Amino acid sequence: MLQEESDLSLIIAQIVQKLKGSNLYSQLERQAWASLQRPEIKLESLKEDIKEFFKISGWEKKLQNAVYGELSVFPLPSHPAAPPEHLKEPLVYMRKAQGSWEKRILKSLNSMCTELSIPLARKRPVGEQKELLNKWNEMGTDEPDLSLFRPVYAPKDFLEVLINLRNPNYENGDSLSFRTHLGLIQIPLKVKDIPELKECFVELGLNTGQLGIDDSTQVPPELFENEHVRIGQKVLAEQDSAAAQQYIRQGSPTALRAELWALILNISSEPEDVLYYEQLKTNVIQHDLLVDSLIYKDVKLTASNDDYYFVFEDYLYQVLLCFSRDTSVLSHFAYNSASPPKSYIRGKLGLEEYAVFYPPNGVIPFHGFSMYVAPLCFLYHEPSKLYQIFREMYVRFFFRLHSISSHPSGIVSLCLLFETLLQTYLPQLFYHLREIGAQPLRISFKWMVRAFSGYLATDQLLLLWDRILGYNSLEILAVLAAAVFAFRAVNLMEVTSLAAAEAVLADLSTLKVMPLLQIFLFATVT
Amino acid sequence: MWALPVVLRQCLWIMAGKVKWVTDIEKSVLINNFEKRGWVQVTENEDWNFYWMSVQTIRNVFSVETGYRLSDDQIVNHFPNHYELTRKDLMVKNIKRYRKELEKEGSPLAEKDENGKYLYLDFVPVTYMLPADYNLFVEEFRKSPSSTWIMKPCGKAQGKGIFLINKLSQIKKWSRDSKTSSFVSQSNKEAYVISLYINNPLLIGGRKFDLRLYVLVSTYRPLRCYMYKLGFCRFCTVKYTPSTSELDNMFVHLTNVAIQKHGDDYNHIHGGKWMVSNLRLYLESTRGKEVTSKLFDEIHWIIVQSLKAVAPVMNNDKHCFECYGYDIIIDDKLKPWLIEVNASPSLTSSTANDRILKYNLINDTLNIVVPNGEIPDCKWNKSPPKEVLGNYEILYDEELAQGDGADRELRSRQGQSQGPRAGRSRDSGRTVLTTWK
Repeated sequence: MLQEESDLSLIIAQIVQKLKGSNLYSQLERQAWASLQRPEIKLESLKEDIKEFFKISGWEKKLQNAVYGELSVFPLPSHPAAPPEHLKEPLVYMRKAQGSWEKRILKSLNSMCTELSIPLARKRPVGEQKELLNKWNEMGTDEPDLSLFRPVYAPKDFLEVLINLRNPNYENGDSLSFRTHLGLIQIPLKVKDIPELKECFVELGLNTGQLGIDDSTQVPPELFENEHVRIGQKVLAEQDSAAAQQYIRQGSPTALRAELWALILNISSEPEDVLYYEQLKTNVIQHDLLVDSLIYKDVKLTASNDDYYFVFEDYLYQVLLCFSRDTSVLSHFAYNSASPPKSYIRGKLGLEEYAVFYPPNGVIPFHGFSMYVAPLCFLYHEPSKLYQIFREMYVRFFFRLHSISSHPSGIVSLCLLFETLLQTYLPQLFYHLREIGAQPLRISFKWMVRAFSGYLATDQLLLLWDRILGYNSLEILAVLAAAVFAFRAVNLMEVTSLAAAEAVLADLSTLKVMPLLQIFLFATVT
Repeated sequence: MWALPVVLRQCLWIMAGKVKWVTDIEKSVLINNFEKRGWVQVTENEDWNFYWMSVQTIRNVFSVETGYRLSDDQIVNHFPNHYELTRKDLMVKNIKRYRKELEKEGSPLAEKDENGKYLYLDFVPVTYMLPADYNLFVEEFRKSPSSTWIMKPCGKAQGKGIFLINKLSQIKKWSRDSKTSSFVSQSNKEAYVISLYINNPLLIGGRKFDLRLYVLVSTYRPLRCYMYKLGFCRFCTVKYTPSTSELDNMFVHLTNVAIQKHGDDYNHIHGGKWMVSNLRLYLESTRGKEVTSKLFDEIHWIIVQSLKAVAPVMNNDKHCFECYGYDIIIDDKLKPWLIEVNASPSLTSSTANDRILKYNLINDTLNIVVPNGEIPDCKWNKSPPKEVLGNYEILYDEELAQGDGADRELRSRQGQSQGPRAGRSRDSGRTVLTTWK
């Protein structure tokens, strides 16, 4: 009991520390000072009266939402004496693997830099700055020569690293048994099975109304949809993050989604936020970074060719170029197993005082990175809001999809969860695919790394991301991947090569996500 | 050897039961559809049942000189005087006439607002015929001299011959008083319409787009029309700017694919085309459900009104059906405008997705107008069962609308098609029946 209490007070102290540096703190302070003018605030009961005032005016709610936001990324309870690396990643071998992966990426980036004789960063001459400012809203029409640039890495390169990951303390012996894991990931992490997933995703059950199922045209809206929309509007009126997160587990109505996501992610567009975005834009105008070309290339290769997202090409540049320069993103490395790459001012290699993080936000984009932003363009058409939402989505969720960690929502766990589900519940299919050299993870990996963006139809993708926000977990990606295989099992059983298996699973654009998930979790005989 | 004539006779007998088709439009999306039904290709001089003809051919078929008579088992894909709807000047004329008629009979549809603008029937941008209405146009132009106008030749398509003007001097040669006019008044070919240019189009991703919607009409009296659910938005590849310096840049202003595909940034994977369902999702997410539903209801409304406007003058020949390509632009106040109606929407495919869409369009069209793929009898009631509609949905059925109104409540759940009733009753609070008759 005492231990719990001291744990709790430690957590509270840490969160208070975090929030003290935020906008909200100064706003609350100002509000408190201003409230002294009010007649109901009396000197004798100052503390109580101000608290009451905050409650009535909605400021308490804002504080609650901020605390809730902090808790959602708060690292799992750990020993009070644990060093900061443990908060990033408790397992040593994982940390080491992430470290060497990072070295490889940086080496690749540096060698590209040397080969092409392009500096990692340079200041733009004034003429170029003016030109870029004029073209800010249509950078897509700019066609710089990108033929020499290659993406620093693609998901399949990352998969190879994960396949070779081993726990040096774990020896599973040479003899095969029914417990042997037949998939590509050979790491002993704990993953949930279907009974545990059913408990976790209880709101997706057969007896609970869902958007994505119970709002189809054959179902009269009085049965579920109308009431659900009404509740959604109420949640928005209350401005309660936690309630919104619970609500969205059953899906969000299209008209309310933009606001609900902003509420859950605790994004409000204050003038300071718009100003911050403008500042980032100025940074982009003044300095050119090598990663900018990588971003251009990525957008041109992926989103520009996508039937759903090509329209928003210019927004993607406006978001991603600013994102690279945003040093506030560095704070998420406290709970990310990855660390920002360091670079040194020319000629001062190894001297710590001349080290800078490169890119400034510490995130090197890979092939397909822009697809994290693309679906958000359907919801937000104002660049600074779009930017804030993307940044928050990244530091809460997307970073886990491309860093090596033992977190249950990390990509390693997701891969293992996917393979385990398949092996346990669709053993015949799994075995067949393995026999023909088509390990299922080789096909589903790219879906999970991109959180299915670019593979599903946008309306289905948004329903899926609703649940990611609602459950504050990425495990649903692995479950969906397994459900897709289950759905196409009959065709997959007939293929005889990896290429044929890829072909069966090449087009997911007609899939309806929620029925697939529901059937897999709640209607399959286990 | 003696078996051969028997086999031949049997073949001829089998072929006799198959639909015989002709076309003068060599497009695979058509031909593949005919062949998959096992129909037999013939030439136009032989006995044919189904002729998919170009607009030039339809003129000959129904012209007084040729004295062509179609028999009961022959159907064609155009109405004889479709140009009442599909020529830009005649469409405007017919709509203006229709509005005046409604006004005369005191119909609530023709209600105007305090500025004299029609509340429900103002869906075509202000348009004048040149040179006939030149002076009227000049009067209107002088009222707002900073406005931009778009000049379109009456008889052309695919964006040919279209240009923008913002100064009277640019259209001097259409002035009847002009001494330098080399204009020949009789020649229909030189007729132009000039419309107020919509310089505040709704932009998405900073780009201008228009909507292409397919509408099938099987009969005008009673009016029965279907809307294809899979319409699409055509985006310009260049950022939109109302700046006068870009008036000559057709890549900014005209959305026709025939023009856009010559631009530097034209992409052959998506072809600058966006499904209408994406537009709906985007608008609902960013603007809300009510205004989006209202927009789509209004779009259905203007299509039906345009058909009603020409229905009285249309030769409702029972051998005919027609699949129109409607071009609609949405402005930044989410008001849709009817730009034009095409009698021969392009069947060329610019991308793989496009090919699939047009193939399915023809397929669903044939399923509706040639029931069961059998030899047609143009005396049938033209009421196909619901199952064959495919991606079409009923836009307006005059017979059903005049039947019991109770049906409509049930059908309203089907998404959009019975449409603007919701809009009308929101506006006026009047009962549904009056507005739709």
